[in-house]
Amino acid sequence: MNFQEILKYFVYAGLIFTVLAGIAAYLTLMERKVLAWIQQRMGPKYVGFKGILQPLADGIKLIIKEDLLPSWSDRAVYWIAPVAVLVPALLMWVAIPITEGIVLDDSDLGLFYITAISVLTVMGLVMAGWGSANKWAVMGGLRAAGQLVSYEIPFIMSILAIAMLAQSLNLTEIVNQQKTFAFILKQPLAFVIFFIAGLAELGRIPFDIHHAESEVVGGPFVEYSGAHWAVFYLAEYMNTFTVAVLTTILFLGGWVWPEMPFEGRLHDFLSILLFMFKTVSVIYLIFWIRGTYPRLRIDQLMAFGWKLLVPLSFLNVVITSVVLFYGFSHFVLSAISIFLTAVLFYMISNRSKKYDSGETVNVVSASQLRDSQR
Amino acid sequence: MQVSQSKINDDAIDLMINMGPQHPSTHGVFRLVIWVDGEKIQKVEPHIGYLHRGSEKICESESYNQIITLFDRLDYVGNLNNELAFSLAVEKLMDLEIPERAQYIRVILCELNRIASHMLFYGVYGLDAGATTPMLYGFRERERIQELFESVTGARLMHNYIRIGGIKEDVESDFKDKVHKLINDLKKSVDECDDLLSNNEMFLVRTKNIGIITADEAIDLGLSGPSLRASGVLEDIRVTDPYSIYDRFDFGIPVGSKGDCWDRYFVRVQEMRESIKIIEQALVDLPEGEIITPIKGMVRPPKGEVFVRTESPRGDLGVFVVSDGSDKPYRVKVRPPSFVNLQALELMLRDTYLADAVLVLGSIDIIMGEVDR
Repeated sequence: MNFQEILKYFVYAGLIFTVLAGIAAYLTLMERKVLAWIQQRMGPKYVGFKGILQPLADGIKLIIKEDLLPSWSDRAVYWIAPVAVLVPALLMWVAIPITEGIVLDDSDLGLFYITAISVLTVMGLVMAGWGSANKWAVMGGLRAAGQLVSYEIPFIMSILAIAMLAQSLNLTEIVNQQKTFAFILKQPLAFVIFFIAGLAELGRIPFDIHHAESEVVGGPFVEYSGAHWAVFYLAEYMNTFTVAVLTTILFLGGWVWPEMPFEGRLHDFLSILLFMFKTVSVIYLIFWIRGTYPRLRIDQLMAFGWKLLVPLSFLNVVITSVVLFYGFSHFVLSAISIFLTAVLFYMISNRSKKYDSGETVNVVSASQLRDSQR
Repeated sequence: MQVSQSKINDDAIDLMINMGPQHPSTHGVFRLVIWVDGEKIQKVEPHIGYLHRGSEKICESESYNQIITLFDRLDYVGNLNNELAFSLAVEKLMDLEIPERAQYIRVILCELNRIASHMLFYGVYGLDAGATTPMLYGFRERERIQELFESVTGARLMHNYIRIGGIKEDVESDFKDKVHKLINDLKKSVDECDDLLSNNEMFLVRTKNIGIITADEAIDLGLSGPSLRASGVLEDIRVTDPYSIYDRFDFGIPVGSKGDCWDRYFVRVQEMRESIKIIEQALVDLPEGEIITPIKGMVRPPKGEVFVRTESPRGDLGVFVVSDGSDKPYRVKVRPPSFVNLQALELMLRDTYLADAVLVLGSIDIIMGEVDR
């Protein structure tokens, strides 16, 4: 490896970090604006034109803020934890393409690599929880470990079905397989499982159990402040973006479906635009869910994962393999998958049906009560 | 009183954890020591007193009209209801006749105050459950009510508006229109809030069958207000032991049946609707006339003692006043609903998870200013 090649990798690493940090910063602004819109308020609007510079102001504020070190903390673990969360978030981007050819390493094991790297995040969270020497943080770290590890299984199994369908682990290849039909049409069940498991992996509402503000006071991040805290949130938003991009690539047909008109450069440009539009839509959906739902309890989350998502994702893999082995039409796969998705939603709604509301509270009129008193 | 408690297995306790006094969801400076086995709560021990200001003792060195400002600061979310309770006590002692107009204005404002308090509960409870949006919705409605309060009393929070014998000053001429507009808005927004949170699947899963307290236990512990009614006990002091002019209105009393967190939550949502009905009726009947019975010189109730109980947004607010005939009370004792309701926490937290502790505590709707006094 000569000097030029080493330099090249440094430039790439710098480029990935800069671009992703920028995107993550503006995702915070987008989230605040979307939430504000849902909640009938304005959101940030004073820094720059309509609050456009708000992420910059936040960043500066966080960087110049004092970094506190709890006196009982395990120093090395405490300081390494944010990096251990950030690095996997960045590493994943080695294999993720934005469009045909724009990717650092168009590896044939791309999908495998991404799933392998994404598991590492949990280590950083547990380290943060342990290193903080705070009971809430430990609790949050352990919650994170349980949650992230359990949801890794449906996450990977739903991806596996896609890989089988595409007959490839190369992300560019997977996208190109979707020229006629996006995989969401063939595998809606895998999409739903992937999206729910993705939310859980990200730790966003309704699955933000490990850093729940009202329960474990921020979980593993409770003792962090300033730049180190910012690094955690940078990683979280990068991961949000990553999950959205992966959803787009794996299920929504990436940049090829539907086919954009025109030829040459214009076509490529429109394709990237299409890709970005899909990604932003998925991110918007994630924020929308955040504005709407309360959070689950950890045991309910586990029950939901292990009793519903894991069996369904395994079933999905089996069905996909049977259909592929006997060479049935993909419409069969579609039909079965849609049916199973319906079953999933039915089961989810049925779980809350048993808590049918309204009946437990009756309104007794005051005159009735007065009469009975006399 | 026998309080049955789930058996504590000391071997299973592996972590003692302090929830509070600096914890985002303890609703004030309240400390709950929790012994957990993993996520399961084994034992809890509430600690109160962080906000003790000695209000009852201070009352003994203030004149009667000054004490009203102290009562504002007990339950700082339902201020007017607290003012009313104290005024009623002194008025009963002095055998004062309150002008009709003052009575109606008091009731209108107190019911609005109840809605504001329940709106705060609604928002904060959503936040406890992890939903951020209800808080903004709840506070928006509370803001509307506070704006009206500001135009009537001059203050958003510590009104100091109800006087012994009546109210401080008459409302402005457009008061009726303003309240009409306000309750029309509130009607819509209570429905909106209800839609947003009450039947949300995840909210139901989180709050149903959590923190159950049976009717017998609730009565044994002296619970009152929405927390008691959620357990299925039909008791509302506005009806069963009417004060002021509440016996003139027809309204509903929401009663739960299970006594779980969701019932306690929904009883309050329904109560907002019923309060609106009371305000509507009071607005129709609002007479013209005097607003205060003039008292010559300082307020000097005759020698004696009096106990008055009222239905504050949180429950049975009792005020006990002993007068020695001077311009300052000899003794003032408050029976705050939050303080008594808080006792049930330990019982409600049987067989629950750590995450439920937040929701159960929230569902009692305590105000620490009132608990510690």
